[in-house]
Formats: sequence, structure tokens, C-alpha cells
Amino acid sequence: MTAPGNPAEKYRFNSPMWRDKGLAARALEEMRALTAQVSGRTGKTVNIMEVCGTHTMAIASSGMRRLFPPGLKMLSGPGCPVCVTSQGDIDSVLALAALPDVTLATFGDMLKVKGSNGLDLNSMREKGADILVVYSPLDALAFARSNPLREVVFAGVGFETTAPLIAASVLRARKEKLKNFSVIAFFKLVPPALKLLLSDPKNNISGFLLPGHVSAIIGVEPYRFVARVHKVPCVITGFEPLDILAGINMLLRQLARGRAEVEDEYYRAVKKAGNPTALKLIAKVFNPVEASWRAIGRVKRSGLGFSPEFAGFDAARRFKIAYREAPEPRGCLCGAILMGRSQPPDCRLFAKACTPSSAVGPCMVSSEGACAAWFKYGG
Amino acid sequence: MCLAVPGKITALEKGNAEVDFSGVKRSVSLDLVPSAKKGDYVLVHAGFAIQLLDSEDARETLKLFKEIYDRSR
Ligand code: SF4
Ligand code: SF4
Repeated sequence: MTAPGNPAEKYRFNSPMWRDKGLAARALEEMRALTAQVSGRTGKTVNIMEVCGTHTMAIASSGMRRLFPPGLKMLSGPGCPVCVTSQGDIDSVLALAALPDVTLATFGDMLKVKGSNGLDLNSMREKGADILVVYSPLDALAFARSNPLREVVFAGVGFETTAPLIAASVLRARKEKLKNFSVIAFFKLVPPALKLLLSDPKNNISGFLLPGHVSAIIGVEPYRFVARVHKVPCVITGFEPLDILAGINMLLRQLARGRAEVEDEYYRAVKKAGNPTALKLIAKVFNPVEASWRAIGRVKRSGLGFSPEFAGFDAARRFKIAYREAPEPRGCLCGAILMGRSQPPDCRLFAKACTPSSAVGPCMVSSEGACAAWFKYGG
Repeated sequence: MCLAVPGKITALEKGNAEVDFSGVKRSVSLDLVPSAKKGDYVLVHAGFAIQLLDSEDARETLKLFKEIYDRSR
């Protein structure tokens, strides 16, 4: 990437230095030494969970994983909204897409996730369902504006990064008095997911590499309990190779010193208080609700649903979509993978019955899924 | 899905900004970072700026990487 204009600016955000091979090699050296120190003392592997699928992909695609020391294991966590959306919620999205007056607007990530009936949005589209793939919820708004006879429903899947922009879109729709725009809200919250992971007595998580863009919204405070109560170190990390290496080393340094804190490696984008405007918009439009996580089940206050003031924008209500729990595909280990208990090759279907072109579970469907990353780039 | 990329605001138009991503320009909503100005760098996710990027902090991070890992040069 090259930035236009002043060379000093180029140095700041688009500098190749974020990917400097020499610096990365040094960082890896430090990682080896620190890992040996920590695992030497405890006699165990260091298990670091990357909560965010974008980290999973960055680690896999840069080939870094192969260079990590053997005493260090990266676990993929519940950090991809497509992967954690429950089968029942996917079925609700598909039910909406099947309604004749509805145009279902969605991010591309959702197209290939199969519902209980074996169909996905892609195949429904081939059969005539009206599905609009958008880059931004604003594209869905624009479509609703120019097609007043269609009911436009946005598939609201995502974490704290995505929820505020859907909230902003809903506010715009209200301001414009758009009557044909609604959202099916399946937003999930990251801190309750961490709490759930840590409440499993069998969890073997030594530290968390925390999602940079979720944290750009929520800030640093919501993670404090992880360090304070559970004594597990955390580092909020950016997405460039050096960010990731530095983030892991910061975790290892905490482990070496026997400390547990929340550190912010990505402070160029993540402020202590996050983005207060975004948080206000979330609080205005949504309320914390019980949400259903794939293969994990329903977790109190772990998701966002519409607040009473905005209930008119709730597509589930508008189209009377009843939630039904549905079983996961047979044999799929996604749940154990999301909880950090298994890795993709542990799944009997991995690379056999389940591949990206014919995926059984969402961890293989989503471009940020652990199984897809492992399949494409190896372990 | 929470992919977000840095870009530079090159013009402002009522609530929206024109943002330059390494030569590709797009209109981006500033609903979530209303204080952003022309010339600022923002992190953009799905058509919305979600946070201002701090140039000084970025420079400092790079400097730190260099200090920690560049001892030999
Ligand atoms: S959805 Fe967001 S938090 Fe999750 S994997 Fe993608 S980028 Fe990371
Ligand atoms: S390989 Fe396929 S079936 Fe197995 S856990 Fe991954 S997504 Fe699920």
C-alpha cells in the first residue's frame, strides 16, 4: 500500500515497516526465548487464544504459525460472527429470505452458511429468492429508499464492531421515515463470550489476543475482569504481522513475570474508552439480550436485540419469525473449536467430508473461520 | 467480518467523508466519528469510520518495534 501525499504520513499507517521481515525475525527470536522460559517453568504448552477471526486469518496467511516455537499453541476462539451464529438463527435468516416481498440484504460472509434444511442463501438465490449482497448497511438503506414496494431486511450478524453501524443505519432510516427497512438482530458481545470460555473449568487458555476492531469500539475496561478475576493476561492487538508478533510477546512477557493485565498494543486505534459515540448509538437502539451461540447454547446478556423504542425495526417481530433451536450438523466439531478445546484436524470431517467448496460447518464456510484458515494454509 | 482498513479523509460532505484508501476513493459515513476532519486518518468498517487513527501513536508504535527488535542494525 502506498499513501498519497506527504511522505511522513506514509511512514505512519501504510509503512512497509509494519511488515518488516527483519524485525519480524527478531520478534520471533524473542518469542522462542520467552516461550521456553514460560513453558520451562510450568512444564506445559502456552495456549494463546486469538479471539478474532481476522487474527486467525492474518496468522495463517502470513505463514507465521509455522515459525512459532513448538511450545506455543494458538487456539482460535469464538471470534467470527458467522461461525458463532446458531443454526436456529441461520434458519430464521433463511426463513426471511424465503418471504416473497422481502429483499434480504447481507454481507457476503453469510451466503454459504447452510440452514437445517441444507439450503444456504446462495442456493436460495438461484431458486429465485431476492438476496442483495452489500458492502455496507447504507447500501441496504439506499436500496430500500429506491424500492419502496420491497421490504428490505438486513441480516444483522456481527460483534461490537458492526452493531453501532447498524444502529446508525436504523437511526437514519427513522429520520428519513423509511417504512420498508428492518433488521434481524443477532449481534453478539465479546466480553460475555470470554466469560463463558473462562467459566469452563477445563479451559486451557494461557492468554488472550484480543480483537482490535471490537476493542476500537468498546475500549479497554470491559476486559478487566479477565485479568482481575480469572488471572488470564490479555493484549488488545492490531492486524499487521508485527502487531501480532508484538502482541503475543507482550502476553508471554506477562506470563513470564506471573502477571495478568490488560495491555493495549493497538493504541493507535484503540482508546481506553473506546468510541463513546458508537457506544451511545448501541445503547440507544439496542438492549443486551440472551443470545444463542452455535454449539454453545444460550448465554444471558451476551447479545443485542432492539430496545422497545426501536422495536418497529425488528424484522423478527415484523415478520413473526419464531426462533427455533436446531441441532448442529452431525459430526461437526465447530463448538469445541470455538471453545478452544479442539483444533480443526481433530474433526473427523476435516478436509474429507468438509472442505471450503463443500462445507459442513460454518468454521469452514466463513473466510475467517478456523477450519477454512487451517485448510487453506495448513496448521 | 470486523475487517477495518485505514484511509485518509480528503473531503467532507455533510455527515459523510470522501476517504482515500491508497488511491481508491469512497464515500464513508462519519456518524460514529463526528469530530473527524479533512486530513484525518480513520479506520473504516463497512462504509462507516469507526475510529480516528492517531498518527503520533502509530509513529510511536513503529519506533518501539524498531527499538525492541532492531538492535543489530
Ligand atoms: S468478525 Fe470481527 S472479531 Fe470476528 S473474526 Fe471477524 S473480524 Fe474478528
Ligand atoms: S471441519 Fe467442518 S465439520 Fe469439522 S469442525 Fe470444521 S467446519 Fe465443522
